[in-house]
Order: sequence, then structure tokens, then C-alpha cells
Amino acid sequence: MSLVKFRINPWMTATLLVALVVALPIVSIPWLALFPRENIWPHLASTVLPGYVLTTLALMLGVSFGVLTMGVTSAWLVTMCRFPARRVFEWAQLLPMAVPAYVVAYVYTDLLEYAGPVQSALRLVFGWQSAADYWFPEIRSLPGAIAMMSIVLYPYVYLLSRAAFLEQSVGLLDASRILGCGPWATFFRVSLPMARPSIAAGAALALMETLNDIGTVDFFAVQTLTLGIYDVWLNMGNIGGAAQIAMVMLLFVAALLTIERQSRRRHRHYQISGRLKELPAHRLRGARAGLAFVACLMPVAAGFVIPAIVLVSYSIRYFDESWTPDFLRYALNSLTLSSGAALAAVCVALVLAYGRRVAGGKLIGAAVNFASFGYAVPGAVLAIGVIIPFASFDNAVDAFMRDRLGISTGLLLSGTVFALLFAYVVRFLAIALGSADSSLAKVTPAMDMAARTLAHGPLATFFKVHLPLIRGGVLIGVLVVFVDCMKELPATLILRPFNFDTLATYVYQFASDELIEKASLGALGIVLAGLIPVVVLSRVITATRETQTV
Amino acid sequence: MNTPSRTLAAAAAALIAAFVAFPAHSQGVVNVYSYRQPFLITPMFEAFTRETGIKVNVVHAKKGLIERLEQEGANSPADLIVTADIGRLTDAVQAGVTQAVTNATLEANIPAQYRDPEHHWFGLTSRARIIVASKDRVAPGAISSYEDLADPKWKGRVCTRSGKHAYMVALTAAMIAHHGEAKAHEWLRGLKANLARRPQGNDRAQVKAIMEGVCDVAVINHYYMGNMMNDKNQAAWAASVNIVFPNQQTYGTHMNVSGIALTKSAPNKDNAIKLMVFLSGDRAQQLYAEQNFEYPVKPGVPWSALLQSFGAYKADDLGLGEVAKHRKTASKLADKVAFDT
Repeated sequence: MSLVKFRINPWMTATLLVALVVALPIVSIPWLALFPRENIWPHLASTVLPGYVLTTLALMLGVSFGVLTMGVTSAWLVTMCRFPARRVFEWAQLLPMAVPAYVVAYVYTDLLEYAGPVQSALRLVFGWQSAADYWFPEIRSLPGAIAMMSIVLYPYVYLLSRAAFLEQSVGLLDASRILGCGPWATFFRVSLPMARPSIAAGAALALMETLNDIGTVDFFAVQTLTLGIYDVWLNMGNIGGAAQIAMVMLLFVAALLTIERQSRRRHRHYQISGRLKELPAHRLRGARAGLAFVACLMPVAAGFVIPAIVLVSYSIRYFDESWTPDFLRYALNSLTLSSGAALAAVCVALVLAYGRRVAGGKLIGAAVNFASFGYAVPGAVLAIGVIIPFASFDNAVDAFMRDRLGISTGLLLSGTVFALLFAYVVRFLAIALGSADSSLAKVTPAMDMAARTLAHGPLATFFKVHLPLIRGGVLIGVLVVFVDCMKELPATLILRPFNFDTLATYVYQFASDELIEKASLGALGIVLAGLIPVVVLSRVITATRETQTV
Repeated sequence: MNTPSRTLAAAAAALIAAFVAFPAHSQGVVNVYSYRQPFLITPMFEAFTRETGIKVNVVHAKKGLIERLEQEGANSPADLIVTADIGRLTDAVQAGVTQAVTNATLEANIPAQYRDPEHHWFGLTSRARIIVASKDRVAPGAISSYEDLADPKWKGRVCTRSGKHAYMVALTAAMIAHHGEAKAHEWLRGLKANLARRPQGNDRAQVKAIMEGVCDVAVINHYYMGNMMNDKNQAAWAASVNIVFPNQQTYGTHMNVSGIALTKSAPNKDNAIKLMVFLSGDRAQQLYAEQNFEYPVKPGVPWSALLQSFGAYKADDLGLGEVAKHRKTASKLADKVAFDT
């Protein structure tokens, strides 16, 4: 019997190690679930749990429909058709991404509720006296929540499907036309199936955001699993029970991730041809151009223009109350923290994605997938998940130092900005990983092999071959994570150091008390910061194609 | 080491230095984990700092601070935990993260029903859960108790916030304490049957709904009336309702407190107790009453003009510990009657 030669593969080790550290807070949650203060399941299962599950499913179904319709339609129109203002829409479709869902929810409630301008005007016109005299859709409802989340989350689908459409080789589209397919048939039979992995990835991101949302569902009193988690935790003082519901939610996420991966596996396309010349454009005229224009305008108007107008007008009215020296400090905190977290998340994602590519194997794959689960855990629960390993580490170091050297180191990491940064990385790794993975997937393995034949190691190959090729995709990851960090609220509230505020916590302070007017300037700040990456993003996407077509 | 990598190393060192916590237990500070909103307590903390020179550091969050304290353990920098209701206070005590404080001034300032018999938690302000009724559609005296809210004659005319919110849960818990679980269950089912709409929004939103004609009566915390009267946009909402202090003929109006507790690990214990005493004293008690229209717990502290205009009333003297005890059962009752769906 010969000894099995065991060699440590550095890539495998590094990847596993990074995945493990990132997964720590996620592992803490099943740990919590094992020790509930009281077994709450029989009570939940016989009362509210079925409702939570059904409502969550309905919400996800509604939001998928919303984001797919708006995202794919607008992406296809601005990429493949020519109509008035197309160039503006190309980047404007990303604008709603800068607006947090809870902010849109507050703004639309303000507009559409009984005392709001819309209903007031209707009453004036028709002479109605009170709410009993007419019917008006209730914004604080499940359909309302679906609408709110769809109009701010569709850019995820837009972004990824547009990138996919842009990257489609002209040759394929030409072939389809030569074989007798019209524009519609080409769309449904060639472009759409080829873009499906990206579209599915976009929809999965949007749905994970949906699962995670607490601001909107709490405000609209929509009984989702997330709301249930908070209820069991806060009203029944049972964080173990809450963690158990979080586990149910993780099943949803696992399903989403599997769907996304399956759709990618069955359709593995590498861009072999470098022919990325100007795509054939369908020039639309008359009514068709008008329709395309409206189809692109509506989501942007709903998700950005209208909320922005409301926020600006409130900001002006309450400017003196809101514009304090502290405000700039909060903005600076938000900016530095978010950019740091975005960079860190992408670096971690690159290690994991590339590690999976070069080291391969089921174990690595599973570890990497698991590490990205943080995206779906409600922020506040994840925050507790971060506190547990950090505090244990700090207290262990402290105990060791007291024991050996007689000095107390206290809490080194807990309650610092570092803990916050780490939480952001764990929370948004899925986004960074998605962009790193999908960019890497487009680099044909033949490239790796060629580089290796030329005696480059995996590391050199990464820097010389992959990084230049995937730069654009990775940048998208950085920017999306940045915007998400700017909006992040529940984990920030719990983990932050003393006397530390970000724009999001500042906005929340007022918005949670339904004082949206006073929160407007801060909300506008978040939106503006979110615009920077949106602008960069749109330039990058167009530029990639233009430089390559030269 | 070449220059770029040296710069990188320096940057990394600076970054680490910036991230590593410097001890927050130096002289002249007190560290607070607060469940209460900043704008409500910052003025009190500022007054304290002016008076004593002790700096107050704060982390505000509506959830998770007890868990953070639990995990940080003996090394936690936090000295005090401040909450907006009795539930969170007793949660902290049950989690074992608080310690008893025996202080004669605190005990003299705070009446017995508003503090823990075991000296772990102390109420700082009290709030009455009142009924508001439409001036146009509800005759004065037509509703006078919490029990009335479940009377079928109010079918389709009542608004409340979520039955799972701490304030509603505390009210249900008080009903359990007074009538037993079975009666309270029946009451909550009756109340649910009378609701004009699915519970939503905060207490203010219920008053707004009365003005809009969605419902005729609602249950709210009393200070929201003061807040609305002093807001130019919301004054009209407040003006559309009459205030009813419920159960004046029986056990009195249900009360809740905002409160404070000393953490077990408190590194700045002396300063922390100073702050507790300050918050229970005349000055801070009066500030509370004037700014957020809460009732001072300390007897003899003058009420603000607005509180005086509400008039004197009989408050339920049920111990808050008793209310806290029934919280979980109350929360489950809300699930059982499907209050929020």
C-alpha cells in the first residue's frame, strides 16, 4: 500500500480559508437556532407561519414579474432599437437603483394616501367628502409592496441583461436573420435564451433584496418571513426562534441560487468571436418609437424622477433644520465606509471566484456558494451573526493576554468600524461574487490553458490575462456593492461604534417616525452618492463596446 | 522595501490604528446603548454634560443592543441601557446583562410601581395609552374603557397599530393581568373584529385615519397628541379627536415607561449612576415633559401646560413587572386572533 501523496494546493487553501472567515456569521445563525429560549415552532406553525410563507412567495412572484418585465424590456429596447432619447435612457434606467426601497415607500405613501395630493385633487374634482365616498387602491398592501420593490430593483435585471445583450456576437444575430427570423423571433429564440443566465442572475439579486427588505414590509404591514423574524426576536424575546425562521428563509435563498446556477450550467457560452461591432439597430418610427419611449420612461419616472422631485421639494422646505455640520460628517462616514467595503468585497470575491476556477472541486464550490448566503440574511440577524464570532475572538484574546501577560486588551474588533466593514462584505459578497463569476465565466478556459502553456502560474495568469479582460465586469461589482452599502441600515445600526452615524441611520431616525420631510435631505444625499457609480457604470458599459469596436 | 510598498505598509498601519477601538472607558465618560430615538434623549444628555463635564457616548438602535451586550460580555464598553418600553427593559434583565443599583435618590424620585423591586430597572418617564375618538362622529362619553373597544357596536370603526408592537402587546398583557388569559383572548378577538382596516402605521397614523373618516376611535400613546399639536402639518389631525383616559371607573388607564438599567459590566459605574440620578431629577424630568410631552415619573415635578390641559386622571397602578410577565402570552394572543392579517 503506497502512501497517498498529499500536497497542499495553495489556491484551494486560500479559497477555503477566505470562504470560511466570511461564512462565520452565517454559521452563527444555525448555531443560534439550536438554542432558542423557548420552542416557538408549534405556536408559529399553527398560527402565523403559513401566512408568512405564502405572503413571501406572493411577494417574490410579484417582484419577479415586475423586475423581469421592466428590466428586460428596457434593456432590449435601448440596446437593439433606435428611438428618441435612447441614449439618455441607456444610463437613466440605472437611476432607481440609487433610491432605497424604504424611501420610495415613504414617498409614495405620502403622495397616494388619503391626505396626499393625488387623493385630495380627486376629491376636489369629484366633490367626494370622505374616504367612504370612493374607492382608491391602498398603497400599504402586498401589491403596493410589490410595486415599490419592483420599481427600484428592476435595474439589477436591466444592468445584467443589457450587458449580456451588448456582448452578444453580431455573427449569431446575423445568422439568425439569415435563417429567416424576424426581429421578434431573433429576440425570443436567440438573444433571450443566450442572455438567460445574466437575466436570471439579475432577478436572483432582486429577489434576495426583496427577501431581505424590512423597511418597506414593516411600513406597509405586509406579513413576510422577515417581519416574522423580527417579531419573534423582539416581541417574544426569542432570538433562537428568530434564527429558526431565518433558516426557513435560507431555504428560499438556496432555491434561488440553485435556479440561477442551473440556468447558467445548462447554457455555457463563451464569447469566441471578438466581433463586437456595432449591433444591428432597429430604427423605430412613429407610434412604435412612441411606445418604446414610454416603456423606457415609465420605470425611470416611477423609480427615480417622482421620488426625487418629492425629496428635493421637502429638502428645500426643511433645509435649515436638516443642514447641520453633522450632516457632512455623516455623508463622509457613508462614503468612506461604503467605498472601503466595496473594494474589500470585490477583492474577497475575486479570490473566491478565481480560486474556484483554478482549484475547482465540489468542496470549494460549496464553500464559495455558502459564503455568499449573507446576502439573504436579514441585516439585523446578520449583525448578531457578526457580533458572535467577533466578541468571542476579542474575549478570547483578552483572556489569553490577561492570563499570560496580565494586561487586558478589552474588545479589539467588536464595536469598531472594522466590524461594520466586515458585515458589509459578508452581506454583499453575493453581488461582488456574481459579477466576478459571470465575468470570469466569459473568459474561455482556452485562455487559461494558453497562458499556462506559456509557463505562467495561476497568479500571473490572473493578473496578466484575466484581470484585464474582466475589469469592466468587476467594476460593476464594486459600484453595485458601494450603492448597497450606502443604503444599508439594520446591520449599521446594531454594529456601529459610539456616536457614529451614516446618512442611512440619519434618514432612518426620522423616517421611522414617519417624518419623511425631515429625512429628505439625508435621503437625497444617499441618492446623489448612488448617482456617481450609476454615471460611471453607464459610461463603462458603453465604452467597453465602443473601444472594442474600433 | 521599495517606496510604493512602504507607502502601502504605512497606509495599512494607519488603517489598522483607525479601526482598532481605543478604550472608551477613560476618565469622564459614560457609554449608553439606547433603544430610544436620539432626538428624544440627546437634550437630556447634553444638559448632563454641561452640568457635570462627563461626556455621554451613545449607540442608538431599535434592536440588537441587548444581544450585542450579551456577546461583548465582561469587556463591553457599555454602562447603561436606555429603552422606550418596559418589555425591552425586562428583556435586558432576563438576559443577565444588568446589575442592581441601590441608590436612595433614585428610590425617592421614582415611585415603586415604576421601578424593579429587585433594583435592576428604573422607569424615567411614563406614558398613558389613551383612547381618541372623533369629535364629529362619537358623542362624548360613548366610549370609556378598553373593554368597550371590543363591543360589537364599534364594528368597523376602530383603528390600531400592529397588535405585535410593544405598546399594543403591553396593553394586552395588562388585560391578561386584570382579567386572565381567556378573557383577554376574547377581548383581543373582539377588538380585531371591530377594526376598520388592517393594522398599519404608528400611533399618529391612527389619528390621521380618524380625521380621514376611515375609523372613529383609536388607541394611542398620549404624547403623540402633543407632538401632533405642535407640528404645523399634523395639528389638524389632533384637532379632529377628543381624548379619553380609559377605565377611570375601574382600574385606571394603562401606563408604560421609558427606562434605564445599569449594565453588569459597566466600566464607568460611578458616572453611570450619576447620569441615572440626573435623569430622575427635577431638571431632566421637566425637560422630558416639555419636549416629548411624557409624564415625569417623579412626583411633584410640574407638568407642561399641555399635559395640564389633558387634566388629571387615574393611572393603573398595576406593577410594570406584572405587565412584562405576560408579554409573551400577549404577543401569542395577537398571533392566535390573526390581529395583523
